[in-house]
Amino acid sequence: MTGPKIIFFILSGAIVVFSILSISSRRILRAAIFLLFVLVAMAGLYYMMNFQFLAAVQLILYAGGIVVLIIFSILLTSQIDSKLDLPKKGHLLSGAITAIGGIMLSAMTILQFTFQPARLAPVDTDMRSIGLQLLDTGVHGYALPFEVISILLLAALVGSIFIAQKNKT
Amino acid sequence: MNLQAEIPLDYMIVLSTIVFFVGLMGVIIRRNLITMLMGIELMLNAVNINFVAFNHYLFPHRLEGHFFALIVMAIAAAEAAIAIALIINIYRQFATVSVDDVDELKY
Repeated sequence: MTGPKIIFFILSGAIVVFSILSISSRRILRAAIFLLFVLVAMAGLYYMMNFQFLAAVQLILYAGGIVVLIIFSILLTSQIDSKLDLPKKGHLLSGAITAIGGIMLSAMTILQFTFQPARLAPVDTDMRSIGLQLLDTGVHGYALPFEVISILLLAALVGSIFIAQKNKT
Repeated sequence: MNLQAEIPLDYMIVLSTIVFFVGLMGVIIRRNLITMLMGIELMLNAVNINFVAFNHYLFPHRLEGHFFALIVMAIAAAEAAIAIALIINIYRQFATVSVDDVDELKY
């Protein structure tokens, strides 16, 4: 067992355990906190794979933004003390069959396939090259998706304000 | 840090498969809108791990998976904002966030 392996197993164990806890916990606020742990551990995985910018975005956007938004909506809509209902037997059965069957099927398919590791030299993933590529209109540039996503975010902003406002005229 | 000698790509993909199906199970078994939204977030994150792992292991000379994961994150943020606006509006109308009780459109 080497260093990166130990870190990977700690992170992946945390991700699996907390994601299962987050869907099985009957207190909804705890479920949100377990989701937060999953997202932070995923940022650690991105860090291991040398994508520092993506890890930072994951921490800021998910751990800082979405989880806070979810907790905010929990506090607005439900009693903290109330427990969620136990799932119905039929739902539990169909969910378990879907999950276990899907995991088995996908894992078998993945483990049979042998991936050819890349021989090419890795590109550097610092902030400068990411920024240049994000605004490049050339072959490997991403200027168009960047602009489209900005329009989508603006539309989402206006739309969510309109949906959530109280008295529409 | 070179991960390829230490951790095979299969580990990453199996991990993301497990997280994806756990999120799917969360969407199926829970009847609360907010918990279902959490399941969807788990699924989107599992997909992101896949993109990033394929980028790092198989195509390290480009950053395509990285940018795709970035765009998925932006979409997930927009989706969460819209979903929570809808949930708050539903709560205002029906005083509940359980999908079983919101059946006004059902005939």
